[in-house]
Amino acid sequence: MTALEIHGLSKTYGNGKIALQDVSLSVAKGSFYALLGPNGAGKSTLINILADTVRSGGGSVRLFGHDLFTDRSWCKRRMGVVPQEIAFDPFFTPREVLHFTSGLFGKKADDAWIDELFDRLELSQHTSKNTRQLSGGMRRRLLVAQALVHRPELVILDEPTAGVDVELRRRLWSFMRELNAKGTTILLTTHYLDEAEELCDQVAIINHGKLLTAQPMADLMRQVASSCLWLRYQQTIELSPADHEILAQYAPRTDAQGLYLQLGLQDDGQSTFHQAYQAAVDRFGPPLDAGVRKEDLEDVFLRLTARQVGEAK
Amino acid sequence: MKTSNLLGAQTLFKREVRRFLKVNMQTIVTPALTAILYLLVFRYALGDRQVPGIGIDYFTFLVPGLAMMAMLQNAFANTSSSMIMGKVMGMQIYLLMAPLSAMEVVAAFLLAAVVRAVVVAVVFLLVLVPFVDLTIIHPWLIILYGVCGSLIMGGLGLLAGMWAKDFDNIAMVTNFIILPLTFLSGVFYSVSQLPELWQRVNYANPFFYLIDGFRYGFLGVGDTDPFASVGIVLLTVALVFASCWYLWRIGWRMKD
Ligand SMILES: Nc1ncnc2c1ncn2[C@@H]1O[C@H](COP(=O)(O)OP(=O)(O)O)[C@@H](O)[C@H]1O
Ligand SMILES: [Mg+2]
Repeated sequence: MTALEIHGLSKTYGNGKIALQDVSLSVAKGSFYALLGPNGAGKSTLINILADTVRSGGGSVRLFGHDLFTDRSWCKRRMGVVPQEIAFDPFFTPREVLHFTSGLFGKKADDAWIDELFDRLELSQHTSKNTRQLSGGMRRRLLVAQALVHRPELVILDEPTAGVDVELRRRLWSFMRELNAKGTTILLTTHYLDEAEELCDQVAIINHGKLLTAQPMADLMRQVASSCLWLRYQQTIELSPADHEILAQYAPRTDAQGLYLQLGLQDDGQSTFHQAYQAAVDRFGPPLDAGVRKEDLEDVFLRLTARQVGEAK
Repeated sequence: MKTSNLLGAQTLFKREVRRFLKVNMQTIVTPALTAILYLLVFRYALGDRQVPGIGIDYFTFLVPGLAMMAMLQNAFANTSSSMIMGKVMGMQIYLLMAPLSAMEVVAAFLLAAVVRAVVVAVVFLLVLVPFVDLTIIHPWLIILYGVCGSLIMGGLGLLAGMWAKDFDNIAMVTNFIILPLTFLSGVFYSVSQLPELWQRVNYANPFFYLIDGFRYGFLGVGDTDPFASVGIVLLTVALVFASCWYLWRIGWRMKD
């Protein structure tokens, strides 16, 4: 069964901004799913429509087989959402907040589970402080606890690691992995592509409100060239359709200023360093400087979102 | 299939009550004290004078009106401040994400507003018990008008909180609409004392009926016939509740 089945989801905000256009994707039960896309791609809009904090502008969503829009209450009880924006209730302590959140979701507060959440999210020292006294990172972890307190079957995290330091990020992910191993479906957005690559088995990429691709992470990673040749030029380079066609096997792209050209090198004996270099020189002349580096998910991501890469790393 | 969420509504109600209890200096003591100060000022300014046309001394006349005014203002403050705080702090979304129906949310907010109003009024009246010879002629009128008035004002506070984008918006509504309407509603005078024009203005002020009806319950006299106004008061409660319910349901000014 699918945990989440989104079909033709669209959204235009009141100011005319089109945030989602006909997005369809399917999250299998038990998967660890990454929703990636540059800033403003529409990730939070999608999540907020699921969470019922933004109105849908068309399309259908099924959650564990139930229609989200007609069966809201059923669906909400099975979903836990960590919003992107930090929110906190200045009147209460973290423990009170979790008690209230349990109650709002129709569940008696389970103190054993609440203590475990505090423990796993490194909040045990702060359970009876006023939330006002918590740091930004602590508040974000409290949001994670709030999303988990009613033991949802689908957990949705919208950039939960923004502003959280490396060590805590690692612990948060190991906790999520554990929940996932016990059967919880997890959907996350993150800016750290290495996190997504390491954690997620499925990935969808959206840009400008449109779905670019949705596939198993392993398949996407196969599109990662083993390495990448970069060439720096004095004059700006604009890739014409003809350039794209001729250099197609190298999936060429330029950086924002058009001073760097990047060519992917596959490990298949077809596109060697020498050939790629020669092809570039044939089209654009000799570069000022050139080098080779490893490709990663970010390169694929940038290629797919047609965003241009900054300085070669 | 289970769709109602009684525990959720109870939790929200408890949260709203605990919220004002936590800052009781601000939400209970100060309003009660303010009302007592008004009372003292007018007591000494006017001496033992009687209220014309009613034949009751001014002090006794003021007490129920001030109690009701405090109830109305505090019911409004409870919902409006909670809503705007939720919006500004971003906590609002937890009410939208929770499996709560609009009916459950509105009921929880309004009941908490009634509790706040009643607590303030009771504290005020208890402090005054030794000093005033207060009669209770129609207890049911007192309860009916007290609860209905608080529901109406709690509902209006909820609507104002939904509408407002920041604390300034709420301060504006409170200072320019709620305070004048509650002050100029016959708390400090009987309308029969007023010139013709101002009498008419008073009769057009909905709070006037609420305060007069509530006071009638204590004194057995007033400017209006509170039994005749019961229907319109109940209708107003229903109307305010329905507006809150509908606007919450569509996520008015909360969901983009
Ligand atoms: N409440 C809103 N009103 C108008 N436009 C919005 C609103 N929220 C987001 N947007 C716009 O919609 C687009 C998608 O935003 P968002 O979903 O937050 O993207 P992401 O989470 O992928 O960064 C952006 O262009 C953003 O400016
Ligand atoms: Mg976002």
